Amino acid sequence: MNFASPFKSGSQRRLIKMLASVCALSLAVMAFGAEAKTLRWASKGDVFTMDPHSQNNGLTNDMSDHIYEPLVTRGKTMAVEAALATAWTQINPTTMRFKLRENVVFHDGAAFTADDVVFSIGRALEKTSDFSAYMQGIKGARKIDALTVDIITDGPTPTLLDQLTEVRLMNKAWALKFKAQRPQDYKNKEETYTARHANGTGPFALKAREPDVKTVLVANPRWWGKLDPSITEVVYTPIKSDATRIAALISGEIDLVLDPPVQDLSKLKENKAIKILEGNENRTIFLNVDQGRNELLYGTKGKNPFKDLRVRQAMLLAIDVNAINKTVMRGLSLPTMSLIAPQIRGYTKDIEQRPAPDLVKAKKLMVAAGLANGFDVTFDCPNDRYINDIQICTAIAGMLAKIDIRAKLNAMPVTLYLPKLQKGDTSMYLLGWGVPTFDALYTLQSILRTHTNGSDGNWNFSGYSNPKVDAIIEKLKTETDFSKRAELTREALLIDQADVGHIPLHHQVIPWAMRSNITVVHRADNRMHAKWAIIGGV
Amino acid sequence: MLAFAIRRLLQSVLVMLAVGFIAFSLFNFTGDPVALMLPPEATQADRDEVRKSLGLDEPSYVQFAIFVKNGLQGNFGISLRLGRPVSQLLIERLPATLELAMTAALLGLLIGIPMGIFTALKRDSWTSKVFLTGSLIGVSLPNFLIGIFLILIFAVWLGWLPSFGRGDVTQIGYWSTGFLTQSGLKALVLPAITLGFYPVTLIMRLVRAEMLEVLRTDYIKFARARGLTNHAVHFGHALKNTLVPVITITGLQLGGLIAFAIITETVFQWPGMGLLFIQAVQFADIPVMAAYLCLIGFIFVSINLMVDMLYYVVDPRLRVDRATLGGH
Repeated sequence: MNFASPFKSGSQRRLIKMLASVCALSLAVMAFGAEAKTLRWASKGDVFTMDPHSQNNGLTNDMSDHIYEPLVTRGKTMAVEAALATAWTQINPTTMRFKLRENVVFHDGAAFTADDVVFSIGRALEKTSDFSAYMQGIKGARKIDALTVDIITDGPTPTLLDQLTEVRLMNKAWALKFKAQRPQDYKNKEETYTARHANGTGPFALKAREPDVKTVLVANPRWWGKLDPSITEVVYTPIKSDATRIAALISGEIDLVLDPPVQDLSKLKENKAIKILEGNENRTIFLNVDQGRNELLYGTKGKNPFKDLRVRQAMLLAIDVNAINKTVMRGLSLPTMSLIAPQIRGYTKDIEQRPAPDLVKAKKLMVAAGLANGFDVTFDCPNDRYINDIQICTAIAGMLAKIDIRAKLNAMPVTLYLPKLQKGDTSMYLLGWGVPTFDALYTLQSILRTHTNGSDGNWNFSGYSNPKVDAIIEKLKTETDFSKRAELTREALLIDQADVGHIPLHHQVIPWAMRSNITVVHRADNRMHAKWAIIGGV
Repeated sequence: MLAFAIRRLLQSVLVMLAVGFIAFSLFNFTGDPVALMLPPEATQADRDEVRKSLGLDEPSYVQFAIFVKNGLQGNFGISLRLGRPVSQLLIERLPATLELAMTAALLGLLIGIPMGIFTALKRDSWTSKVFLTGSLIGVSLPNFLIGIFLILIFAVWLGWLPSFGRGDVTQIGYWSTGFLTQSGLKALVLPAITLGFYPVTLIMRLVRAEMLEVLRTDYIKFARARGLTNHAVHFGHALKNTLVPVITITGLQLGGLIAFAIITETVFQWPGMGLLFIQAVQFADIPVMAAYLCLIGFIFVSINLMVDMLYYVVDPRLRVDRATLGGH
């Protein structure tokens, strides 16, 4: 500390002494952590940006949720709840009217009004916005009065509310003042002001942002909701090295780790100062093969064996998902036959019937398909994308070898993997699919539908195509009755299962590790919300 | 002298260009940043457009030419991951790396030299043998393992020192320093020891070998014959003559320390240039990778250049050789 002016009088000296002892005391208290009001959390990578419309990335959206708020948001169980809008009604098939919450202020003190909503919706619709997935079907917003807004859509949009939970609202005047009317553009050589500054209405306000070092938030006393008084500050630190991150948790420098390595969990569970909270993520890992081309790009030349239904059935019988669960995932997965996770609208128990692994029957199917000697194929696999991805692929290659499908593993980082898949340059691949809208259409349209253009089949790299499935997906796009949607979803998934269009493996389970005095809500989208966290207690 | 300097300078420029070019041809293997920049729903047309706007559709030699042209004007582009100018990012991260590397180098000198002298003078003592065995471990153990051991002992078991980060820093103009705060100094200890392990062992072995060499020379025998004290012989005459190569090696090592700080910085989440580089590799953030590699190349080249110049000044033999060569 640097005291600029010399202190001469006794009272001033006493004051300094007192201040010094207060400092020392607070340091001592901080060291023991008894009165800590700061929630310190960490994971491997850093938040990309503070701009709420620039990067559609899980962790970045998590941080944005602390600072910015949407019209409607998801509660502890993922149900849609009121946030900056308190009521909404569908006034015609293409218009939804929202009544805005009164007396809401931004962190800089400006009042929240309909103008901010119209501006923010427009900003999320900009070409440089990364939120196009959530803006599908949305044409724009129209101000009715200071606290009423209409959201206009192209046609009936059954998932509008789900989509709006990811569209966070900014202050128009603030954004214009700092020339941030559009999200960061990569062509622009300047940094957008909103990348390191934020002004939202949320429970926490941004205090300091040092990319790759830390992000500090302070509780917003004027927030409309209720915050647990045990938390006044939230500090996020990216710690890249797994060992260091866990060491920092054990030594008490960090309160919560979002991504503890699976192999460290059993050790952590033995530690009394640490607790593990396991939650199901709505991400499903599945395997797929090229069943469209007549000849495999990477594999035995000649007729594409995967085009034969019997070969795909044999693979399904040869892969033991429970064994993968036990040995590779150490119990941390939900083996499944469904392409959508249980939290997703449209999920029913009867899509979970998976035939028991049966090597004899699988081999018979291979022989019947005229492939008694098996064949070769290259199996593309990411090595830094999903939990234990490369280990899963290795296990599968071993299981397939038993029915003479010789899968040669080709592992690569996601920066190489995704571009390769997006070119359709693969014969066999592993993919994990999460559903941010919590509606099965997101999965069906991208993964199951015949690849044409736009979002239709844009992640279907297998050439899977069934006109019946396509017809159902077209119906789902406009069907607004939720029970009918669930029925259509089930139907499409069952057809895909009969085709063995995909081989689902498991839903990911995400463990969080934390100090035992921390209480948090583990939500299916793997986002930590400090507004529900409590320090102390136990 | 001038001709020699100019020749050296031209060679350095060539080396820099070669470093840059090799770096650029390798970027093809780090993957496509566009895959992480755009949402999964983006169409191929969107991807192509972004790729085009970033100049990624050009062959690598064209990308390289554009990079050199802009780099000469001090413009290294904008980080694809952080959306900020690369030069600004590097300037922000440079102090952290330099402070760490300097501290490690200082540790190398302050611990390595005394240990080297000791092991040379007391060759057969038990302590010397421990030092030498220890130095073997220091040379052969990978950096990250030393770092993790130190974290385990001093952060997890003893709880004395932080396991990650740089503590509180003080901003002095463009320079952010961790030397002025208690938490900054505490945070420096473990990374500096980790990074300093290798130079300590290297300098110790170097000093020892040089000392043993010098102690065998005639002038030391004469000095002993004149009846000088052991102290005067060892420190006044022998040590002085061993230090010239030590200083050269330390200078060259500094470049290595700055470059090898990557691993130490990753283990300790030390916010320096190395960590920036590692994260850039994962994101295929080409502008950051290119600028970092060129900067490291530049540091190496300038240190080499300075050492060459110093040799020229110090060693008269070089001047004679060059003069005859230049004169044909």
